[in-house]
Amino acid sequence: MAIEHTPPANGLFKPATTPRFEGSAGKPIRAVRRLPVRRDWPAGAVLAVQVGILVGIVALWETGADTGFVDAFFWSKPSAIYATLRTFFAEGDAWADIWFTFRSTILGFLLGTTAGSLLGLSFWWSRNYAAIVQPYIICFESLPKLALAPLVVLVFGIGLVSKIAIATALTIVVSTLTAYAGVKAIDPDGERLFYSLGATRLQVFRKLVIPACLPWIISVLRVNIGLALTGAVVGEFIASQHGLGRAILYAGQTYDIALVWVAVLVLSTLSVLMYIAVGLLERLLRKGVHQ
Amino acid sequence: MASPTKLRIDDVSMRFPAPAGAFEALAHVSLAVPAGRFVSLIGPSGCGKSTIFNIVAGLQEPSAGRVLIDGVDATGTIGRVGYMLQKDLLLPWRTLIDNIILGMEIQGVPLRAARDKALPLLRRYGLGGFEHAYPSTLSGGMRQRAALLRTLLFDTDVILLDEPFGALDAQTKLQMQEWLLALWSDFAKTVVFVTHDVEEAIFLSDEVHVMGTRPGRLIETLAVDLPRPRLRACTATPAFMAMKERCLELLRADLSAPDARAA
Repeated sequence: MAIEHTPPANGLFKPATTPRFEGSAGKPIRAVRRLPVRRDWPAGAVLAVQVGILVGIVALWETGADTGFVDAFFWSKPSAIYATLRTFFAEGDAWADIWFTFRSTILGFLLGTTAGSLLGLSFWWSRNYAAIVQPYIICFESLPKLALAPLVVLVFGIGLVSKIAIATALTIVVSTLTAYAGVKAIDPDGERLFYSLGATRLQVFRKLVIPACLPWIISVLRVNIGLALTGAVVGEFIASQHGLGRAILYAGQTYDIALVWVAVLVLSTLSVLMYIAVGLLERLLRKGVHQ
Repeated sequence: MASPTKLRIDDVSMRFPAPAGAFEALAHVSLAVPAGRFVSLIGPSGCGKSTIFNIVAGLQEPSAGRVLIDGVDATGTIGRVGYMLQKDLLLPWRTLIDNIILGMEIQGVPLRAARDKALPLLRRYGLGGFEHAYPSTLSGGMRQRAALLRTLLFDTDVILLDEPFGALDAQTKLQMQEWLLALWSDFAKTVVFVTHDVEEAIFLSDEVHVMGTRPGRLIETLAVDLPRPRLRACTATPAFMAMKERCLELLRADLSAPDARAA
């Protein structure tokens, strides 16, 4: 830039416009900018706004239902929901439903995660076996397993077992594929080291493969608890005598919208609590793993 | 030579099937290493140094030839020699001491006995105070020391070191070379050392074997008769320089040979 605008040495003509130069160095002026500063609000302020938004929504909903702006038949209203919540716990079988859903979720979660992880790890033993089984795993993975839920209920009955089966089906594939990914990620040089030390296959499996795959297995726990809960609730939707899923379905069919909200609220609480518990479990396991 | 041959590589060849016929990784490699010797293999990448190690360690079957340890055929048997790769391969979930005893553990030594044996060595060789540290908290040099101690504690007469200091910075590398020589004179092992670094090979070894590529083979063996214990200053002596020049010349000649590329 500066060079172009310098007049020729013979001084025959001058530039038509004077460029915006500053100082003798002839550098163009630059806008003065400062590094943007992030200002974090105090933790209390963030919480206050969050609570404020929640209270605002509830208040709008309530007044909207009272003034007819919101159709209380379809949407119910917070005061009615609160009243239903109290009766649900006081008179209804809230605890029985929670216990039923909780049990099928946890059992499906444990069964699916354990069986899936073992299956994934087992692929280490034989590449032929892994090659044969893998397409089936992928097929089962792409299958919409929830679409099979009616069949599962038919086979396993309307009791707890069918819910566990659906929860297991949802969790097992994720665990299998993740554990297998862990197996494939094992450094071949690590195996060479073990064999150069004269190790047996079982020793390599126990002392290298399992510890190396543990972080992978742990990483799916939180995904799996959510999937297991979904499976259990869908099982209850199809046919069940207990559970929060059945409560939601029943309430919807009888137009008891307040009860739908209550059951969803309880279900969400259960979900969050289980998620937190699994998160703690994960932290605990990771401490012992050191990756 | 007074000492008997500890490791003999007897006319070993290695061919891999390849799209255009067979790829010859090693052709008729023969090598005899007397007990307690420190020998180095140098050569350009792809000359089959690592393949030789894999064959000696029993991790690969040679297409032809045998490996003898103490005169006994050990071709294709694992756990007969200590083998250290360039990567330290310390297990991140094990403490330093438990990493170092891995070889003994695999051989069935009770954990307590193995730890009792490893602990004094750990302290003597510069890893004291880090027994219960996890590998991720250690420097590259310390991790490499640990890997070498693991190899030594596996307690085989022959030790194969595949570019153990290749990934270290220059300063650490020099320290590690001296540390390795101290260890070697304490443990009296037979060491075969692979490196790219000509100076490293000469400084450490009794004998340097220069290898060529395509096919991988031994070109020449140079005896290093510099006095031991060696000090760093010996790398500046005319004898050392001459040997280094000779090695580089051989390596250059192999790389520029026209038939080597065509094959």
